[in-house]
Amino acid sequence: MNRSSMWEAVSGIVKRDLLLAMRRRSDAAMSVFFLVIVASLFPLGVGPEPAVLRTIGPGVLWVAALLACLLSLSRVFTADYVDGSLEQMVLVPQPLAVLVAGKVFAHWLISGLPVVLLSPLLGLQFGLDGEPLGVLALSLLLGTPTLSMIGAIGAALVLGVRGSGLLVALLVLPLYVPVLIFGAGAVTGSMAGVGGEANLSLLGACLVLSLFLAPWATAAALRIALE
Amino acid sequence: MSVNWSKYSAPMAFYPLAGRLIPWFAVVAVVLMGVGLYMGFFVAPTDFQQGESYRIIFVHVPAAWMSMFLYVVMAIWAGVGMGLNARLSFMMAQAIAPTGAMFTFLALLTGAMWGKPTWGAWWVWDARLTSELILLFQYAGVMLLRTSIDDMRRADRSSAVFSLVGVVNVPIIYFSVQWWNTLHQGASVSMSTGSKMAATMLMAMLIMTVAFWLYSIAVILARVRCIVVERDSLPVWDEKPAVIQEAVEAR
Amino acid sequence: MLQAVGLSCRRGERRLFSDLNVKVEPGTLLAVVGENGSGKTSLLRIFSSLLPPEEGSVLWDGQDIHQLKELYAGQLTYLGHLNGIKDDLTPLENLMSATSLAGEPCSNNGAKEALEAIGLKRPIHHLPSKVLSQGQKRRVTLARLWLSTRPLWLLDEPFTSLDAASTNVVTQRLLAHVQRGGLAVLVTHQEVALPAERLQHLRLVG
Repeated sequence: MNRSSMWEAVSGIVKRDLLLAMRRRSDAAMSVFFLVIVASLFPLGVGPEPAVLRTIGPGVLWVAALLACLLSLSRVFTADYVDGSLEQMVLVPQPLAVLVAGKVFAHWLISGLPVVLLSPLLGLQFGLDGEPLGVLALSLLLGTPTLSMIGAIGAALVLGVRGSGLLVALLVLPLYVPVLIFGAGAVTGSMAGVGGEANLSLLGACLVLSLFLAPWATAAALRIALE
Repeated sequence: MSVNWSKYSAPMAFYPLAGRLIPWFAVVAVVLMGVGLYMGFFVAPTDFQQGESYRIIFVHVPAAWMSMFLYVVMAIWAGVGMGLNARLSFMMAQAIAPTGAMFTFLALLTGAMWGKPTWGAWWVWDARLTSELILLFQYAGVMLLRTSIDDMRRADRSSAVFSLVGVVNVPIIYFSVQWWNTLHQGASVSMSTGSKMAATMLMAMLIMTVAFWLYSIAVILARVRCIVVERDSLPVWDEKPAVIQEAVEAR
Repeated sequence: MLQAVGLSCRRGERRLFSDLNVKVEPGTLLAVVGENGSGKTSLLRIFSSLLPPEEGSVLWDGQDIHQLKELYAGQLTYLGHLNGIKDDLTPLENLMSATSLAGEPCSNNGAKEALEAIGLKRPIHHLPSKVLSQGQKRRVTLARLWLSTRPLWLLDEPFTSLDAASTNVVTQRLLAHVQRGGLAVLVTHQEVALPAERLQHLRLVG
């Protein structure tokens, strides 16, 4: 099949998923609320000491973003699996991996991008300012798509499996470790004055790698789940 | 003399072969483990820096090597299974996971035992130890995914996909953890004793590695035999006539 | 031409069928009948390439469908027992997104005509699908048949929860499809009112 019909199918999926998210705005708002609540709990737990908060800030915000992404993973494929649209997606004359990439992109727009946009505000809560705030948003901008890409593999693997909510966390969290290290490292580096460039480049490399590999693994997992 | 190897790729043919091989591997593994431990604990010289406590590396380092190696082997079998749709390959992958996890756990345990006298703490966020910990999580993921799926075919293939994803991830994790460790200036005494290793130390470590290898082969073959029995003794209902085709009218 | 050669299928510990051979010529419809659990849906899923057979193969014009992959997907319209309908979208949006995903995008008017052809009146087109009845949802799914130009249709229980009039409309559509030289495989419990020379039955014994 030619390229234009492939583009049409992918943009069709993205548009449909965005339309669905518009009809159910509360779903999309949930992961953002989760992030805000988790990030606000930490100061209550460790105390309001500004120096301490500044030290743990990058790590806490990154872990919170990671968990927010994790919680929204079940929405990527589950509804489509239950109502039968996933079957239709597998049986189209386009490479499934490309459609999967489109679906994950839509998911990121709905649940990842709001996290990125909100992050500078949350950074202020932890006493970050100036350049580290920008680096925080940039690191999340590069990192959260990677989280969605990797997470989609796990979400596809556990489709229809009992206890899938907890299982997907156990599968996916170890795979999130490098992104967490580079992401939080970028912010810490920028705060320490050594700059976050190296970590940001590594985050970019992770993103490129996951863009190339994750859709294929996800497509394979979806085919297995639909047998 | 030519051997028809493909004949052994059928689980039922593999079963007796594995049964004949297991005792040999097991016996040699036990003997080598005895020799290796004796050399490591009694023959090898005392380390001038770390004293006697360093001797745990004769268990720790081979266990850590095996844990990584077995993960790769498991992923290879999983990949072969996906590519050739071979049931025996999936059974091999399934059998390797618990042994790999056991060695990972052993590496972590001995690492902690070494860490207490050396670093003064049971656990430090050393790059290698942290990578081992995450490797353990990945082994756990592979095994949990398999046990939570009832359909055998899907269980095989899903855990295969996850093992393959994990094998890409292991080097990235290792690199990232090391990167993170240098940033945060963690423990400076590393566990790899490196270049100045006495010949007897190296010898003991190699013997232990071979012993762990043979032990793994014996245990994995035994486990595959159990899996073969478990899977092939499941009843297949096949008592009815296939299909009745009615009235195929031509135009 | 669609051909099954020596198919066997096993689900879990149950063998559903083995050594099944069947041929569907252009211009004919194969009705797969049999009691519950006899493997009708599994057979249809094997035909759709969703489910790989335990043994045997499915050939489309002499080529294995698992080698044709996307080329084969370009030949078929598959409607499973799940409707693939989003409750939050209107019938019109559902139909249009389904056809554009399948690679046969249709115009707004085309979609409306298809929905009307299967008896869904204009006011219904813009309601959220969650307020529709089961039969109406089924009809939104089946409306795709009026927009499909694919030669092979695979339908799982298309008449479920349809009233007599709709069943008749769908049957007429199937007749038009096979008269144009199309092929169809139906899983059904009902009689399909097609001329005998266009119809072939396959009974699976559970």
